This record gives sequence, structure tokens and C-alpha cells, in this order.
Amino acid sequence: MYTPHTKKDKEEMLKTIGASSFEDLVKQVPAKFLWPKLSLPAESLDESQAAALLTRLAGENCRPLSFLGAGAYERYTPAAIKAITSRTEFLTAYTPYQPEASQGTLQGIYEFQSTVCALYDMDCANASMYDGASSFAEAVRAAVRVTGRKKIVYAAGVNPQYMDTLRTYFAHSPEYTYVKIPMKDGAMDKAALPALLEGAACIAAQTPNFLGLIEDMSGVAEAAKKAGALLVVSADPVSLGLLSTPGEYGADFAVGEGQSLGLPLAYGGPYLGIFSCKKEYVRQMPGRIAGLTKDKDGKRGFVLTLQAREQHIRRDKAASNICSNEALCALAATVYSALYGPEGLKELAEANSGAAAYAAERLSSIKGVSLKFRGPFFNEFVVSLPVSAGGLREKILATRGVDIGLPLAPLYPELGETLLVCATETKTEADILKLEAVIKEAL
Amino acid sequence: MTRVPPLDNRLSIEKSDANRRGLTCKNPLRAKANVPASLRRKSPPRLPELSEFDVVRHYTRLSRLNFSVDTHFYPLGSCTMKYNPRFNEEAAALEGFAALHPLAHDSCAQGTLELIYDLSVRLNELCGMDAITLQPAAGAHSEFTGLLVAKAYFESKGETRSEIIVPDSAHGTNPATASMVGFNTVNIASKPDGRLDVEELKKHIGSKTAVLMMTVPNTLGIFESNIEEVCRAAHEAGALVYMDGANLNALIGMVKPGELGIDLMHLNFHKTFSTPHGGGGPGAGAIAVKSRLAPFLPVPLIKKEGDKYASDFGDGRSIGKVKAFFGNTGVLVKAYAYLLAHSAKELGEIAACSIINANYLRSLLKDVYPSYSGEYCMHECVLVPGPDMTAKGLKTLDVAKGLLDRGFHAPTIYFPNIVHEAIMIEPTETESKETLDEFVAAMKDVHDEGIADPQKLKDAPHTLPVRRLDEVQAARQPNLRW
Repeated sequence: MYTPHTKKDKEEMLKTIGASSFEDLVKQVPAKFLWPKLSLPAESLDESQAAALLTRLAGENCRPLSFLGAGAYERYTPAAIKAITSRTEFLTAYTPYQPEASQGTLQGIYEFQSTVCALYDMDCANASMYDGASSFAEAVRAAVRVTGRKKIVYAAGVNPQYMDTLRTYFAHSPEYTYVKIPMKDGAMDKAALPALLEGAACIAAQTPNFLGLIEDMSGVAEAAKKAGALLVVSADPVSLGLLSTPGEYGADFAVGEGQSLGLPLAYGGPYLGIFSCKKEYVRQMPGRIAGLTKDKDGKRGFVLTLQAREQHIRRDKAASNICSNEALCALAATVYSALYGPEGLKELAEANSGAAAYAAERLSSIKGVSLKFRGPFFNEFVVSLPVSAGGLREKILATRGVDIGLPLAPLYPELGETLLVCATETKTEADILKLEAVIKEAL
Repeated sequence: MTRVPPLDNRLSIEKSDANRRGLTCKNPLRAKANVPASLRRKSPPRLPELSEFDVVRHYTRLSRLNFSVDTHFYPLGSCTMKYNPRFNEEAAALEGFAALHPLAHDSCAQGTLELIYDLSVRLNELCGMDAITLQPAAGAHSEFTGLLVAKAYFESKGETRSEIIVPDSAHGTNPATASMVGFNTVNIASKPDGRLDVEELKKHIGSKTAVLMMTVPNTLGIFESNIEEVCRAAHEAGALVYMDGANLNALIGMVKPGELGIDLMHLNFHKTFSTPHGGGGPGAGAIAVKSRLAPFLPVPLIKKEGDKYASDFGDGRSIGKVKAFFGNTGVLVKAYAYLLAHSAKELGEIAACSIINANYLRSLLKDVYPSYSGEYCMHECVLVPGPDMTAKGLKTLDVAKGLLDRGFHAPTIYFPNIVHEAIMIEPTETESKETLDEFVAAMKDVHDEGIADPQKLKDAPHTLPVRRLDEVQAARQPNLRW
């Protein structure tokens, strides 16, 4: 319990209030609703008991050598990030409604927006969204608002969970239609684009795509533009230490899952939705935006700005209902990017590419195992297996403590028995040789 | 507040020095990187080049420019800025929770699944509800989820209902959410005492109404005493009643919303359940519902089979997913740790002490800052500047800035919209009588200074890293990045 009140405090306070008892204070609540029976523990735990219980639960999650990726990536979190995000002045502050008392948070957001713009090569970014999926859905919504069209042309390589989230965001109206761009050798079949684009609001794509392949985005924005459509791209921020950027290939909206920038996996959240766009769409951005301005004395300072888009002003006419962002996660990502800098991020991206390349090389040397696609990939790739991928995963997990990757059949039945395998900079040569050995042994 | 060094307000990029290095990645597998040149970025990103110490000092300095719950009393109404127990942070950081991949096989995630399951059971009991999803990432995201669930429910019955009724005291997220889900918003005026006008409600509610959204207690900190009648009117019209749980801190352990007639409601873990706000997130949300709405909740839910826990993807009636993966699980661990620290009776103490604290402030301040309502309040009170202050041209904004100078974060201001010059104070249960007394003294001092030297208060703050900022310039000529 965390209330400081002594019995005497309460008595004195009630007396000051002029109430005869606590019940007197809550007379506005019909008495029959007060103090219901609660079937909850009659005793609370002290801190050491609670620690023991939570440590037991945490211990019941196993810690395999894991090659899972598929939208959430194992990263090393540098100690300096924890040192900054555990500063209670950041941790226990609210949304910066009083800018004079929140310059730390506000400048942090401004630097986050700048970091996103630098990585994605885009004009402007917001203070962050809930996660990559909700950023993706909001970007498509923005494209729909800008174009006034309701047809969404999407690549088959967009994370299926992002598409599920998008469909939920548009669930209120059957007028939205979804047209899938067919896959060619695991990547977007660009030749099919012109025929699909008539009347489309946007092309929604992802690179590296869900299957790990780096999409060749050249010409895609031009094809969209020709049809009056916009280009929405989801891209992994760490990959952009090395890979061609949404700005370079002309994306109108660029989004991504910021968990990659050093956030823990934490069974799905809290993560970090990255949202950026070209400057002509700045007023279509949902969520908070920090801007640089001056105070009365002409000194530099930061405020939340362009609030006329937001729910507390526009109510039912707002660009989105979103009210919070993921400020502390955005701060962590900003610190991560500053710690590594342009050179360090390039090294991280190279380590991802190298680890995955080595894993692919080793696995495809196993008899019966082959790379499913020929195109270049970043930090994950698909292999075909001669046995059930789900069965093989469970068997090796149970007997060898290795999670070999995500079986794709439930999501992409057309790919047959395949496995999506990810290796980030956390994996060593020995880890990858172990992966090879356990699969070889189990086949 | 702590005196901060003279403002060095350079950006990190302005401290950058070409080729200075912080962290490196030396994994030898880098040598095997094989991205074709045509797919590589043409120029490096314009990010700062700093040493690790440069970075740590830069952001540590920024942190010191913030007010926060740990450093300052932070009575933001409707935000429930209570103490965030340190233990919660340590629990969430346990490697077994923090390192768990969201696509981990259920057999590998038994600890987290058990935690989510038990947390769900406890929350259902607290709310008097039957089923709950913990997938939403925040309060507004929960509202969105809840209205989608309501929509799916009516569609399953073959009913088309297009309207959401919202009182004029509601949070802006309510109407914004309604329109995101494709509903029209019907606003109902409140009565002078701040309560929902049941006669007005009855005039507007009908076969078109899908949901009545209400905040309990409402944003004036007043309990809707006529809630049974309100819920009855809604149910007779075939509509559902949604409770915005932003103010649940006033009810926790003391009233079960489900018993009031509420059909679905949301929770804000970053308010009621003590998880930190982080400067604007991450939070976590939930939607708790009565059983008839359960089939429509987002998937997966967690089910228990024997002594094992598993993801449950439902029977196909779910609205789908509102975010990737499960939810903000890291935040849920903190909320669970908080519940472990409270017995059933102690949970009720949260509500009781939050109500005592709010009324204590109200009674000590009302002579100087009149209370909007003549009644006792629940966990927060809405005050306004007195006539002596308004006669001097002083506004609520000036009171807020004057408080900052005195080392107190300002209350929520200019909300609820129905109160002119509102000052909405929510002290929470974790503040002591001593702190409240100091706050009262500061509020009175602001008043006295305003009367004696109005211009000085209009120019406040005087002691913070920056003075009042030009928001008009910020919006007219947006400068949003380096």
C-alpha cells in the first residue's frame, strides 16, 4: 500500500472538510453500491514476497537461443539507455502540457523527430505512436484522407499483423477495398502495379518485407504518382543504417517499428510507432508534435504544436483520437541513435546483414533445407524444410532449448513448409553453428 | 525546484563532432554483410557524433529541466499522477519478462501468460465485469477498441445503430473515437450541478443510439448519482453504456462499475494502476465487458487449460487486432506488481484517501478559489479564480504559471470545457497532508501576489529554464526538426 495517511491525518482532514465521516463524503454514491464484496486476496504481499512471486513467474518463461524475428527483434540495450530512461524526471512526468516545466521531455521529442527524419530521410515526424502496426494503419488513414480514395493496394510482404490492424482501423466501413500486389520470388511484383493502381489511395509496402527480403523500391513512387496515389512504406529503422531510405525512393509517408532501436522485446510492448511524412502532409499527422520556438526573452524553447489537428481541440473532427505517444520509448530510441551515431548504426546494420547471411549459408548447406527466395535479404530469411516446420520447431525447442524461427504455413500456406529465421547483431558464429547442428540432428 | 545550470539549450546535433564515436558494434559477422550497392543508402543519416559521456550528460541535463511526480507535486486533474512504485520498474525489467519474444511458443511464455491471466481475473473482479482484453496501448486506444466491440455486437444482432451519446463534459477523446469508428456524436448538455441531464438524455436516446459514453465520476469530479436511472434509460433503448475509466481511482475497491449497470469500460494502467506516464507514454489500456460482449474482444485472450496457459483466438467473432502482438505487456507487469501490494481492503483505501485528499484541498481553497460545485467532490475538484482575481484580469493560465514558480506542477487547466477558466485538481491518494498544506499555501500565495502585483503574475514564470513560450510562432512557422 502506498498511502501515507495515518488515522490521525484522516480524522483531522475530515474535520477540516467538515464531514462527520468518510461515508458523509461519498453520499452522492447510492449506498447499495458502496463497498461490495471483492473476491481478491485478503492479504497483500510485502515487497520481498511479491519479488519472489514475480521472479518465479519470470523464471517460468524459458530463455531459448532464439532466431525469432518477424517484426520484433532481439537487441542489446546499452547501459546508458537504461541510465537515462530511469531518470525519474523523464519516467514520472506527464505529457508536457506546461512547457516551461517540461523542456527536457519537449527537447527530447524534438530530437526524436529529428532522428526519425534523418534515418528515414523524410521532412517531418511526430512524437511517436503506439507501435509499428498502429503507425502503419494511421499512415494509410492519412493517405485515404489526402486522396479521398478508399482502395488500398498493399504488398503481400507487409507484416500480416499490420494488415490485421489496418483492417480493424477501417472496420467501420465496408467501402474500403484491399488489393494485394502479388509476390514474385518473395518480393513485390512491380510489373503488376500499373494494372492495380486505378483509383487507389496508396501503395502500402514494407521493406525489408515480412519475409526478410529487401524490396527494390525504385520506380514504385513514380508508379503511384502516375495513378494519383501515394506511397506508404514501413521500414525497419536499424536497416536504414545501411539501406536505401524512404526519402530517397520518394515515399509520402514512412513508418516503422522503433522497437529495433534498443527496446526490450517484453512480449510485444511497449514498443514505438515511428511516423514520418513529406512536409505537405504535416497537418495530416496524428498525435503529438513538438516544435522549436522562442520565449518572451527570445531564448530558444520547445512546445507542443500544430494542436489544431488534435482530439482535445477538434473533438469529433480530429485527425485521430490518439492522445498519448510512447515518449519514454522514443527517448530510448533517440539515445540509442545518439550513442551509436551514423557509423555505429551502419555497423549494427552490417552485423545484422552478416549474421543472417552466415545463418542462411549454414542452413542451406543442410541436406533437404534450402533458401526459399533468391533476392537480397537483411536480417531474416525463409528456408524450405523437408518436414513440418511447426513440428520441427517444437521438437528442437523442447529438447535442445533453441527456437529455430517462425513457421510460416499458418500465415502463408502457399509457401509450404517454411521457416522464417532471424539473426541480429546479438548472434555469434557459435550460435549460428549451434542452430545448424540442432536442425541437422533433428532432421 | 532544483536550481539548474544556466540553460545550455544546444541540441545534441549541435554538440556533434565529425568522427567522434560513442558505441560500436564489433561483431565479426559484419564482414559477411552482403547488401548490393544499389540497395544501400546514398549518404549517412545526419545524426549526432558524440562520445557516450557526451550523450549521458546531454540527456541527464535535459532530465533536470522537467517537473515530475518524484520531484514535484503534480496535481493534474484526470491524469492521476500518483507515486509510481520503484518495485514495479524492477519487476518489469526482470530478464524473464523483458527478453520474451512476442511470438515465443506458448510453452516458453507460461510465466507471462499466467501473469496476464491472473491480472485479468483480478481486474474483472474489481470492475464487476466478465471478460477483459489487455491489448490496447492506452486509454484512447481502449475507447477505440470498446466502440469497435460495441459495433460488432450490434452487427451480430442485425442492428444498425449510428449514434454515440456523449455528455458535454466528456474528454475530447470520446467524440474523436466515435468518429474514428464511424459513429455520429450526439452531445448532451449537463445540468448546472454537472450531472448528466436524464430528461435530455431520454429525448435523444433511441433506436439509433449504440452507446452512451460517460465518465464516472465525471470530469467535474462528481458521481452520477442517478446512474441507475441513466443505465436503465440506455438499456430500455437497446443501447450499451460505456464507462470512460479515466477516473476509476475514485472508485477502485469501493464501487464495482459492473454493478452500476455499465456494460463496457476501459482502464488506464498509467492512471489507476500506478504505472509511470513516461512524459506521455507508454501507458497501457484495457476493455472490460459483460459476457454478451466477450466474443467480440480483440484476440488473443489468455485461457487456462488444466495448469497450462494458452493464447485463445476465439470463435471468429472477434474484432481482430488493434495492435501487433499482445499488448503493452511490460506495463502490465507493473500493474500486476501494484495489485500484489494491495489486499482487497487496501484497494478501497486508494479510493478513500484520494477522495479525502481532494475534498481537503477543496475545503481549504474554496474561499480563494471558488469550487464549481457546491457538493463534496470525489477524487478531484474543479475550482476557478475568484472574482477579485478576474477583476484584475488574471486568468487560470496565470495561476498555473505562478504555481510553477513555487515548485508545484500546475493542475489541469481549461478542462472540462463547460467550466469557464477551470482549474482541475487531482491530488491522488499518495500525497501526504503536509504536501497538500504546502500546496494550499502556494495557491494562496499566487492569489495574494496576483492581487498585489497582477503584472508580475501575468509574466510568470520567472524562475524556470524558459519563460512563457511563443506558441503562435511555433504553429505558424513550424520548426519540427534539426
